[in-house]
Amino acid sequence: MADPASNDADHPVRGARSIKLACRGLWKVFGTSAGRFQEMLPGTPSAADLHEAGLIAAVRNAEFAIHEGECFVIMGLSGSGKSTLVRCLSRLVEPSAGEVLFDGRDLLKASERELIEIRRHKMGMVFQGFALLPHLTVLGNVAFPLEVQAVERHARETRAREMIELVGLKGRESCYPRELSGGQQQRVGIARSLAVKPDIWFLDEPFSALDPLIRREMQDEFLRIQSVLKKTIAFITHDFDEAIRLADRIAIMKDGEIIQIGTPEQLITHPATAYVSEFTRDVPRAKVLSVRALMRAPGGQATFAGQVRADARIAAVARQIVESSQPHAVIDGSAGLVGTIDRQQVIDLLVRQDGGQERQK
Amino acid sequence: MTAGAAVAARSSTATPRSIEPWIWAAIALLAVCLHLGRAAVPWAATFPAEWTLPAQTWVSRFVKWLYQDASLGLFTFQELTRGIAWVLQWPLEAAKSLLSTGFERGMGQQAVLIWPPLSWVGVTGVLTVMSCYARDWRLGLLVCGCFLYIAVFGQWHSAMITLSSIVIAVPLGVAGGLLLGILAFRHPMFERAITPVMDLMQTVPVFAYLVPILVLFGFNPVAAMIATIIYALPPMVRNTTLALRRVPTEIVEFGRMAGCSRRQLTWRVMVPAARSGLMIGVNQVIMLSLNMVIIASMIGAGGLGRDVLTALRSLDFGAGLEASIAITLLAIALDRLSQAFAARPPSASSPDEFRPAWRRHPYLLAATSVVAASWLLGWLIPAVQQYPEELQITTGALINETMKWLNVNFFDVIEALKAWVLLNLMVPIKRLFVALPWVAVVAALAYAGWRLGRWRLALLVAALAGFIAVTGQWEKAMQTLYLCGLATLVACALGIPVGILAARHERLNRVVQVIIDTLQTLPAFAYLMPVVMLFRVGDFTAMLAVIAYAIVFPIRYTIFGIRQIDPTLVEAAVASGCTRRQLLWKVQLPLAIPEIMLGVNQTILMALSMLVITALVGTRELGQEVYIALAKADVGRGVVAGICIAFMAIIADRLIQPWVAAHRHRLGIA
Ligand SMILES: Nc1ncnc2c1ncn2[C@@H]1O[C@H](COP(=O)(O)OP(=O)(O)OP(=O)(O)O)[C@@H](O)[C@H]1O
Ligand SMILES: [Mg+2]
Repeated sequence: MADPASNDADHPVRGARSIKLACRGLWKVFGTSAGRFQEMLPGTPSAADLHEAGLIAAVRNAEFAIHEGECFVIMGLSGSGKSTLVRCLSRLVEPSAGEVLFDGRDLLKASERELIEIRRHKMGMVFQGFALLPHLTVLGNVAFPLEVQAVERHARETRAREMIELVGLKGRESCYPRELSGGQQQRVGIARSLAVKPDIWFLDEPFSALDPLIRREMQDEFLRIQSVLKKTIAFITHDFDEAIRLADRIAIMKDGEIIQIGTPEQLITHPATAYVSEFTRDVPRAKVLSVRALMRAPGGQATFAGQVRADARIAAVARQIVESSQPHAVIDGSAGLVGTIDRQQVIDLLVRQDGGQERQK
Repeated sequence: MTAGAAVAARSSTATPRSIEPWIWAAIALLAVCLHLGRAAVPWAATFPAEWTLPAQTWVSRFVKWLYQDASLGLFTFQELTRGIAWVLQWPLEAAKSLLSTGFERGMGQQAVLIWPPLSWVGVTGVLTVMSCYARDWRLGLLVCGCFLYIAVFGQWHSAMITLSSIVIAVPLGVAGGLLLGILAFRHPMFERAITPVMDLMQTVPVFAYLVPILVLFGFNPVAAMIATIIYALPPMVRNTTLALRRVPTEIVEFGRMAGCSRRQLTWRVMVPAARSGLMIGVNQVIMLSLNMVIIASMIGAGGLGRDVLTALRSLDFGAGLEASIAITLLAIALDRLSQAFAARPPSASSPDEFRPAWRRHPYLLAATSVVAASWLLGWLIPAVQQYPEELQITTGALINETMKWLNVNFFDVIEALKAWVLLNLMVPIKRLFVALPWVAVVAALAYAGWRLGRWRLALLVAALAGFIAVTGQWEKAMQTLYLCGLATLVACALGIPVGILAARHERLNRVVQVIIDTLQTLPAFAYLMPVVMLFRVGDFTAMLAVIAYAIVFPIRYTIFGIRQIDPTLVEAAVASGCTRRQLLWKVQLPLAIPEIMLGVNQTILMALSMLVITALVGTRELGQEVYIALAKADVGRGVVAGICIAFMAIIADRLIQPWVAAHRHRLGIA
């Protein structure tokens, strides 16, 4: 697994932002003798070792840090342990070993009381199956997290109405969940999870139960809300398209193990294993790769058809580059000219989607 | 179940198939030898009287001690029971005053009515409005009709006494069941402790615990209500744990993420989310309470139950039938009403919350105005307060006349039929069962247990059967077995074909479903009355009543068993050219056998519980023992006989369940 620290350094979004949530050596095994698994199998046992001991390894030795304001996406196939990992982070599932640091303090050492306080004020979660309470109206559902904190009625309803408006459900406050469509129900779920102004926002496959068009619409909605609120997010999905739309960084899980963490671009340009490259095979590269990943080192050329920024996505500048037979200059804010890119490179990328090596250094 | 299947699968490989018939033959041979040689080994044929344990005396002595000497530290046991009775008496009295007698000041003769009870118009009106609120005007019409019948046929007074005890017993039963269920859900230890108690309570016939309650609480409506609550509680406990367990994990996780404390999680998240499952429990509590109405009247409940019982004892069938019908209608009305409330989604959205309260709650308004109006009118017009006697109809005399006419004209036919069945079928079978040497029966049961669940099951079954022998109940138990077995056999022989037909013909199925739904709401006693009217007392009558009561179960389970078969299997069979007959015999029946066997199991349990009731018509089995014990307030006798009936039910259940599991396993549908 890549070292989290080195991964952070080369990411443009975060810079010096503080770490909100981190975990170290986090394990979760299921099975009758799960409590004693470390004595039974010291070190870092493989999934096969654990299986032999009659245990199911849902999370194996997870290690990463989520920064303030970052959208951290956890990806993997069904059963790879994504949900379990996220539930360990909020201690809905008690980890078998390891540390979870939330704002610098170990969540696993918090008492029941402290945990309730943290969940009441600092965490929000959206569920795949919406998990709305059937006996409450939209307003009641959204106000529920405030109600259990004994926030006075007027205050909590005002806040709930704000949130309902934020997710675009104004006017449906007195509906019951069963009277809403799936997309609308998940909007309620989102509004509810935001009602307490959480510091960290967990979303477990929030859009998987929706059909593709609605899913797209909800992703746009999510991006809009995130651009306003700038929450720290742990987002689970098994859909790579969704991940690259939303993620700052992506962690890819397989059989309970995180096999790579990186920006979408890093995953495509430097896949850590064959599994990762297989995973990213059908991704439209032009949407993920930046000009920097495709450019050539500047040669002796003097005439350019124009300039493109090094961090622009290929898809965004493709038309501009393809329309000219001359290469374009690639510039990077302070450093000036850093490379060149021409029509042929872009066409190659757009035409070839077979997952071969794109790096043309 | 899977464990059972595994065990059973192992055991079926352990004994080679070929020797199994030989072992059965050996046991049969043993039975014949023991029977023929009963002069040589008398102890093996009939259980010797001098070996019996005086379990009855022990139980009696224990209850006597409990009642007279036991102390719980601060207070004695007797004070505890009196305290409970005293506490429960208040709400019961209040409900009775409200619905039936009115509020009075003073005692006995000098009592002055200070506030009249709710009038018949008021009660009918309120329940009708509630039905309209819970579902629609059609249900309103049904409920209104039921209560009108009760008023018109002069059952109002008794019905309201019955209703008042139901009105108190049901909330208490629901609340108690809910709390126990939540405890069981939260603490697996507690669940493990109460599950066997619940199992026993559901199989022990009610009569058996009527006797201790009679001794501890006396002969009065409160004792009857306590018995009702105890009887109706177990399904609520079960439903509660089941419903809580079925709450989707995500909802529970949401509750925890929202920062709910344990109490908030239970009451604000899980219980509301489990609402529909809980309402099934509530419905069952209501139905069981109504089922208890007649039985409870044996220890002091008044009302319709006592009317039926009195009529039955004095063979006044007309009056008995009318009261039975009134109970049935009460049951149907309350059942449909509670089901409607259960199925009702939380109130539909009302976009403008700013309307005045009376516009937002039109039904509440309607109900209160019905009560107020009927009360006001009641002062002015007595007919509104109390249904006028001169407008009452009674069919009692007519029914009695009809019965007399039937008996005069068809006496020979009926008698001949009865005598023929008795002589050619029932008596020989009874002789056979009673003659079976107990050692051979225990051996057969133990071997069956060993086949299905190895030593554990063999020991359990043998121990339960042994208990029956050791407590001196063997002969009575065999009589029970013969009646119950015969009734089960006939019920299955009639019910399974009906079920098969219904499962294969949609239109017939719809008719059958309506009929069995209605039959299942009828209290057990309702079946007894018409049979007694025609055939009077005796084993034959008892058997017919048991069959009538239990036949619903083979029908229902057969339909379910055939319908739950994977449709692709049926399609595959049809596609490969099966005729309808081949489809039935080669595909549907073999695959439905496990469910059908569960139906048989249920039929046996129901037949056993009904047998106790048929004791009223003079059978000679364990049910009769319990009934006599009740009459004599003989705790030991009643409890021991009751436990023996429960053990018979448990033996049947424990043998059939693993058989079904093993069979399912074999079919690969475990
Ligand atoms: N309570 C549990 N007891 C035993 N095993 C469990 C439990 N919860 C999860 N597992 C196992 O842990 C593994 C990871 O499950 P998890 O639900 O985290 O997967 P996931 O990646 O979220 O999958 P999905 O995309 O289907 O939601 C699975 O093999 C699952 O069977
Ligand atoms: Mg999951």
